[in-house]
Amino acid sequence: MRQRRLLAGRRNARAFVTMASMIALAVTACKPEPSRATPSVNAQTGAAPANGEVDLGADDGQWVRPAKDFASTRFSALSEINTTNVKNLKSVTTFSTGVLRGHEAAPLVVGGTMYIITPFPHFVYALDLTKPGLPAKWSYNPKPELASQGVACCDVVNRGLVYDNGRLFFNTLDDHTIALDAATGQPVWNTKVGDINLGETITMAPLVVKGRVLVGNSGGEMGVRGWLKALDESSGKVVWTAYHAGPDSDVLIGPNFKPFYAKDRGANLGVSSWPPDAWKIGGGTMWGWISYDPDADLIYYGSANPGPWNPEVRPGDNKWTSTLFARRPETGEAVWAYQLSPHDLHDYDGINEQILIDLDIGGRKRKTLVRPERNGYVYVMDRLTGEVISANAYGFVNASSGVDLKTGALQYNPEKEPKVGKVIRDICPAAPGMKDWQPSSYSPKTGMLYIPHQNLCMDEEGVSANYIAGTPYVGMNVKMYPGPGGNRGQVQAWNPVTGKQVWAVKEDLPVWSGTVATAGDLVFYGTMDGWFKALDARTGALLWQYKTGSGIIGQPITYKGPDGHQYVAVLSGIGGWAGAIVAGGLDPRDSSAAAGFVNVTRDLPSKTTKGGMLYVFSL
Amino acid sequence: MTAHFLRLLPFGALLLVSGAAPRNALRICADPNSLPFSNAAKEGFENKIAELIGKELQRPVEYVWWAQRRGFVRNTLTAGSCDLVVGTASGVEMLATTRPYYKSTYVFVSRHDRGLGVTSLNDPRLKQLRIGVQLVGDDFANTPPAHALANRGMTQNVTGYTVYGDYRQPHPASRIVDAVAKGDVDIAVVWGPLAGYFAKRSPIPLDVVPVRPRVDLPYLPFVFDIAMGVRRGDSTFRASIDGIIERRHASIDSILADYGVPRVDVSLARQGAGQ
Repeated sequence: MRQRRLLAGRRNARAFVTMASMIALAVTACKPEPSRATPSVNAQTGAAPANGEVDLGADDGQWVRPAKDFASTRFSALSEINTTNVKNLKSVTTFSTGVLRGHEAAPLVVGGTMYIITPFPHFVYALDLTKPGLPAKWSYNPKPELASQGVACCDVVNRGLVYDNGRLFFNTLDDHTIALDAATGQPVWNTKVGDINLGETITMAPLVVKGRVLVGNSGGEMGVRGWLKALDESSGKVVWTAYHAGPDSDVLIGPNFKPFYAKDRGANLGVSSWPPDAWKIGGGTMWGWISYDPDADLIYYGSANPGPWNPEVRPGDNKWTSTLFARRPETGEAVWAYQLSPHDLHDYDGINEQILIDLDIGGRKRKTLVRPERNGYVYVMDRLTGEVISANAYGFVNASSGVDLKTGALQYNPEKEPKVGKVIRDICPAAPGMKDWQPSSYSPKTGMLYIPHQNLCMDEEGVSANYIAGTPYVGMNVKMYPGPGGNRGQVQAWNPVTGKQVWAVKEDLPVWSGTVATAGDLVFYGTMDGWFKALDARTGALLWQYKTGSGIIGQPITYKGPDGHQYVAVLSGIGGWAGAIVAGGLDPRDSSAAAGFVNVTRDLPSKTTKGGMLYVFSL
Repeated sequence: MTAHFLRLLPFGALLLVSGAAPRNALRICADPNSLPFSNAAKEGFENKIAELIGKELQRPVEYVWWAQRRGFVRNTLTAGSCDLVVGTASGVEMLATTRPYYKSTYVFVSRHDRGLGVTSLNDPRLKQLRIGVQLVGDDFANTPPAHALANRGMTQNVTGYTVYGDYRQPHPASRIVDAVAKGDVDIAVVWGPLAGYFAKRSPIPLDVVPVRPRVDLPYLPFVFDIAMGVRRGDSTFRASIDGIIERRHASIDSILADYGVPRVDVSLARQGAGQ
């Protein structure tokens, strides 16, 4: 290991002199490099906005936001590492983050620097890619309130930083959005956007669009009211707030709001689709992913599930929870919305990623939004209108029977509706859905979506509804177990045009990491027991794997180092909702712990241990 | 003060206390802002009971503060930073519970001047009233009255108040009782110890009436045995706490009565000042 690191160091050192001028340009002048993206990627991602700015996300040398580009493809046109030589991939550097909780974030690479953020307490490190061993240039500790750990529902995760215009932006569990000078690590501004005393936390990675830093809250478990806020990139001031329940004025629904389906039309549905005032504690938070189409000038994201969890307490559609929104980034104004899971029954948060790609469907070129949803369907939608073009199940679903493409309505299976005093068995997918937050990637080369997901079902027993104020929380008796086939996770390639699976690789444990796809026809992902793997993007064949120190639930990236060579990086460190049994030290005898997830991950402590570590690989 | 309540008080204390406590201290896991149960000023009845246990064990009482949320037991008792949770439902799997030391019930709270006299969930008048109910968020469970009212088709006339409340306030859970006093709702269904305590302090006289039925069929209990909790496996320590609960039950009853805790396990006479 040491020898490999030294070798890599020498290579980096050699490259240092020749790359120095470029780094200086990228870091100190804060001017983005010209795009090196291939034309095909450019067309897919819409990387050249109308305003003439160049999006670094289209530059395959760098990785400036978790989803790589505004379209959220997580695709890199780099191909130095490919199906032929990936077997020679070696670990060249490791870096301990010093934190033991779940590492869900993506590293970033800007110029000659890699930036990583840890789970609580959110250390930020800038690592010098031009020097042997990647020494830290600076580190930053935001010192979040310890109390916020007691408010987070699932683990004290952070899903990543974002870079724009010389600055890094990130959120803290105690509800601060912070801008750092990327060159020095000095804070530029720090805005408190929520309050842990109201049950709010923040775990999502922000997205910066047109001078707006977009941030959403977590905390549906505490009965908070969900929102997305836009902060001014230069000052940190809140420019607009869009709530996901309540009157139209709060949801930023105005005269230009044109939902595709009748079910989503009407005045103040965010009030009338609830019992009186219930929208005020109705959840609909936003802790996942946002995409942006510069040509249409629309941001896209979904809101989380409604609260209280028990559906019989909140008759109605509970708008605008579990809803996909298209909004104008500058004003927040809603242009269309589509409720994915109206009156959600099973905790199917609608916060998953949406990938913006142009597809030939039925002889027509369609500007689509592709979304592997928690409820078990891959939605292919017209991103300009909100029409659902197709919605096909990508795993075993019995909680609903499909989506009516005429009305847009999800067809619930009434037999699986939870009720107090009744045990409902065999609900598929389980509460974390067919897929949770862990993001997919899309290769324009293969035309396939690479979906990391779980295969879990659950029993819900409404009998133990015995919450008593002032005493330890006793959850509903939810028990999860493996779905059909017995494997708890899977990575599958999906053709969004045909709406069919192309191949699938079964994994014993839920796959809680993201995927990344490359022009080398590779797909990278990690497993909860710590294997980092490369698959052939066309066949799913396992071409390479490496055992990291802890389970992987992070988002892999790939970039071109200052030496001109391709690297792959990932954070290892078990945790998150799925890995809480290890990161949180939960009692395996308590089957309902972690809201039922412990029942299906009881073996995890024997398969991995906690500990955050960055791994960097190259040929 | 209130805006910085959480920042100043509890969680710095977590580190200090666990590092600096005398070796033989009785370390209590408690919420620093959860009256009438406990608070950082040690004004709750669980604080008083903790003092009593400490005296019996001849050990000084120290606190590890953590908000009563999901993860409370994991982050305090199970993490090993403290050894005793003073109030937990009997038989909860996360910890090892002692013998119960009181049994309380959900109650109806209404203004005395309204003279409603509602005693049962099956009272048809409930459908015409505005009802306040304690709720949690989308966290897989809810309070028994939230379910019972929904099962009877009552959702449009029900207003939810989160059990967590606004933690910036000095006693976040009191809002539902305040709402009855102010007339925001006609009646509320509230966990007994909370209702008894805040009703006692309300300037407007309030009626506190146990909910019937005690168990809503098929199985939705409104009465709960409350015990203390220790780490699973701490059986010797649990036995010593059991012994104290048995020996000092009269003193414990008297503390509970001082705080107006409605009881269903003792006669009204023993409840003393309880309403």
